[in-house]
Amino acid sequence: MAYADHDDHHPTGLKRWLFSTNHKDIGTLYIVLAMVSAIIGGLMSWYIRLELAQPGLQFIEDTQFYNVLVTAHGFLMVFFVVMPAMIGGFGNWFVPLMIGAPDMAFPRMNNISFWLLAAGLVLMVVATQVDGGPGTGWTVYPPLSSADYQPGMAVDFGILALHLAGASSILGAINLIVTIFNMRAPGMTIHRMPLFVWSILITSFLLLLALPVLAGALTMLLTDRNFGTAFFQPEMGGDPVLWQHLFWFFGHPEVYIIILPAFGVISQVVSTFSGKPVFGYLGMAYAMSAIGVVGFFVWAHHMYTVGLSVDTRAYFTAATLVIAVPTGIKIFSWLATMWGGSIRFEVPMMYAIAFIFLFVVGGVTGVTLANSSADLPLHDTYYVVAHFHYVMGLAAILGMFAGFYYWVGKMTGRQYPNGLAKAQFWFFVVGVNVLFFPQHFLGLAGMPRRIPDYPDAYAGWNMVSSVGALITAIGTVLFFVVLWKTFKSGEKVADNPWGEGATTLEWTVPSPAPFHTHEELPDVSEKAPAE
Amino acid sequence: MLKKLLAHVPLFVLGMIASGQALAGSDGEALFGRSRPWQMWLQDPKTPSAEAVYDLNLLLLYVEVGIVLFVLALLVYIMFRFNAKANPVPSKTTHNTLLEVVWTAVPILILVLISVPSLKALYFADSAPDTEMTLKITGNQWYWSYEYPDQDGIAFDSNIVESEDLKPGQPRMLSVDNVVVLPVGTKIRLLMTSNDVIHNWAIPAFAVKLDTVPGRTNETWIEIKEAGDYYGMCSELCGINHAFMPINVKAVSKEEFAAWVVKAKVEFAGNSPETSIPGKVAQLNQVAQ
Repeated sequence: MAYADHDDHHPTGLKRWLFSTNHKDIGTLYIVLAMVSAIIGGLMSWYIRLELAQPGLQFIEDTQFYNVLVTAHGFLMVFFVVMPAMIGGFGNWFVPLMIGAPDMAFPRMNNISFWLLAAGLVLMVVATQVDGGPGTGWTVYPPLSSADYQPGMAVDFGILALHLAGASSILGAINLIVTIFNMRAPGMTIHRMPLFVWSILITSFLLLLALPVLAGALTMLLTDRNFGTAFFQPEMGGDPVLWQHLFWFFGHPEVYIIILPAFGVISQVVSTFSGKPVFGYLGMAYAMSAIGVVGFFVWAHHMYTVGLSVDTRAYFTAATLVIAVPTGIKIFSWLATMWGGSIRFEVPMMYAIAFIFLFVVGGVTGVTLANSSADLPLHDTYYVVAHFHYVMGLAAILGMFAGFYYWVGKMTGRQYPNGLAKAQFWFFVVGVNVLFFPQHFLGLAGMPRRIPDYPDAYAGWNMVSSVGALITAIGTVLFFVVLWKTFKSGEKVADNPWGEGATTLEWTVPSPAPFHTHEELPDVSEKAPAE
Repeated sequence: MLKKLLAHVPLFVLGMIASGQALAGSDGEALFGRSRPWQMWLQDPKTPSAEAVYDLNLLLLYVEVGIVLFVLALLVYIMFRFNAKANPVPSKTTHNTLLEVVWTAVPILILVLISVPSLKALYFADSAPDTEMTLKITGNQWYWSYEYPDQDGIAFDSNIVESEDLKPGQPRMLSVDNVVVLPVGTKIRLLMTSNDVIHNWAIPAFAVKLDTVPGRTNETWIEIKEAGDYYGMCSELCGINHAFMPINVKAVSKEEFAAWVVKAKVEFAGNSPETSIPGKVAQLNQVAQ
C-alpha cells in the first residue's frame, strides 16, 4: 500500500529526536532528562550527607555553597526529576496507549514543552555556577532572595529556569487534558479510564491552576530584584509574607502533582500482580480528585511559624487533617485490592508494597505536622525533612521504579534482569530507610534544617543517616547496571508479559510499542467496566 | 521474598519502640534545655505551652504508631495469605460498601478526636493576657539582639562563641557571648522582629518557634518552670551563617534576676539605641526634632 508509506514515516537521528512529535519518543526524552537530573541532584544530596556525616565543616568550607547544594537539590528533584519522569515520561508514553489514542492531541506542542524544560535545566545548572549560586532554599523566601542579600545573577537565572519549567508544564498539562478528554477510544468512558490516566488528568488540572500563581510570584520577585518594584520589600511598604502565601498556594498543590501520578502507577501495578481489578475504582478516582481539590485550601500549614493569627492556624490545622481521609481511602483500597488476590512478587509489585508502607509512615508524620501546636517543636527541623522525603521523595521515587520495571518491557521490548533488579530493590529500599528514618529522631531532638554543621549531640543519628545514603547510592548505581543489562542482554518480551491481571490497552500492542500505535482505534465498549 | 521483607521490617518497629522508651526513661540525667546524644524524642518541656505540646505529640505518637502497625500487620497477613502459591485463584470482589464506609468514617472520627486537644494547645500557646514583663528579640545576619523594655531598656547583642574560644562545659555551636537571663515562674511576653532577612527564634524546651519578620512584630509568651541553661538555633534559612546564630537563655530565680538587672544596667549601659529598630526610630526622631 504505497499511500500508507507517508503515514508510517519513521524519522531517524537528529530529525527523530530534536524535532520529534511522537509521544513515545518525547516520553523517552523526558525520562532521559529525568535520569540526567537525578544523577546531578543525587550527587548533590550525597555531597550534603558526606558533609553531615560528622560534626564540623570537613568537606564544604563555603557555607554559601552548602546552601546552593540544598537549593539546587530541591529544584532539580522536584522540577527536573519527578515531574518529567512521571508526567512527561510515563504520562506521554502511556496515556495515549491506555486510552487507545494514536498520539497526543498537540504533538508539536508536546515537542516544545520538552525543549522548554531542557532549556530550563540548562539555566538551572547555570544558576548554580554564576555569582556564587542561589543560596535561598527551594522556597526562595524574600528578603533573603532579594537583590540586597543575594546579589548577582544566580537567583535571576534560577527564576528564569523555573519560568521555563513552569511554561513547559503548563503546555504539557493542556496537552494531556485535551488528549484525555477528546481522544479516548470508543467505549473508553471517563469512568472506565485506568487509574493512571485519572491520576495524570487530575495532576494536569493541578498544574494548570497552580503554576500560573508561581509564575506571577516569580515575576514579582524578578522585578523586585531588577526593576525597582517592592512587592516583597518591607522597607518600601512591601510584605515578605505575601511571597510565602503565593509560593505555597502553588507549593502545596505541587506536592500532590508529584505524588498523584505515583498513586496511579501503584494502582495499575497492585491490580496487575494481584490478578484483580482495582477495589473501589470510583472511590479511588474521586479520592484523588478530593486530594487535588482540598490541596488548594491548606497552603498556610507551611507557614505556621510566620506569625499568622491563631484562628487562621486553627483553620489550616482542620483543613489539613481532612487530607488524611481520602489518603486513607487510597491506602485501604490498595490493601483491599490485594486481599483475596493471587499476588505475584515481581519487582514492580515489590516496589508497590514498599510504596504503600512508606507512604503510611510518611503520612502519619504528616498528621503530626498538620497540627499547628504539635508542629511548634518540629517546624523547620529534620522531622519535616524526614516527613517530606518519605511522602514525596521516596514514595515518588518508588512509584517511578515501580512504573519503570512494570513498563520497561513495553518501552524497550526487553525484560530487566530479575535477580539484579531484586538486589537493586533491597539496596535501595533498605538504604532510604536507614537514610531517612533517623532524621525523625534528629528533628524531634531539635536539629534545624538547612545547616552545614550541627551541635555534637546530633552526631550519632547523622552518621547513621549518612551510612544509609551510602547504601542508597549502591542501589542507585545498581539501577543503572540494570538499565544497561536490560538494553544489552535483556530477554525479548511478549506483548503482555504480566498475564491475566494486565488488562489495560498498552498490553494489547506489540513490545516494544511500535512507532505508531492504535492507528485503528480499539473498541472497548464490550469490555467489562474497570470497576 | 517474605523472609527478606520481614527481616527489614523490624527496623521500623524497633525505631518506633525505642523512641517510646527514650521518652519514658529520660536517662535519669538532669540534662535539659538541649538535646542528648542519640536522643529520639522531644526535649523535656519546661513551659506550660511546651507541656501541652509535648502531651499532644505523645498522643499523636501512640495513634500513629498504632496506625502504622495496623497497616503493617494487614500487609504481612495479605502477603502470606494471598500470595500466588497460597491462593492460586484470585477473587473478583471489587466492592464492599460497609467496608468503604468504615474506612472513611473511622479516620474522620480519629481526626476529630485529635483536633480537640490540638486546638486547645494551639490557643493556649498563642498568647497570655497577663504577662509580667517583656523581652524584645531582633534577628540580624547573624546574631540576635535583645532588649528588656521593663528593665530600663537593657539591650545587648548575642553572638556565637567560636569553637576555639569555648570554655569548658560550653556546648559547641550553641554557646553565646551574652546569654539572655530571664526569671523563672514569670509570664514573659516575647516580641520579635528582624533587621534584615527572616530569622526564627526557637527554643525546643519552651515549644517556642516564631519567625522574626522585617516590618512585622510577632508575639508569643513563656513561663519557664526550672532554672538552667536553655539552647536553641535559628530556624529559618537566613544566609551563609544560618547555622551559627544560636540562642542561649539562662533561667534564674527572681532574686538572681533582680541582681542581674542591676549588674546588666551597668554592663550594657549606652547600648540600647543602636541595637533595635524602635531604638533607631527614636534616634531618628530626635535628630529630626
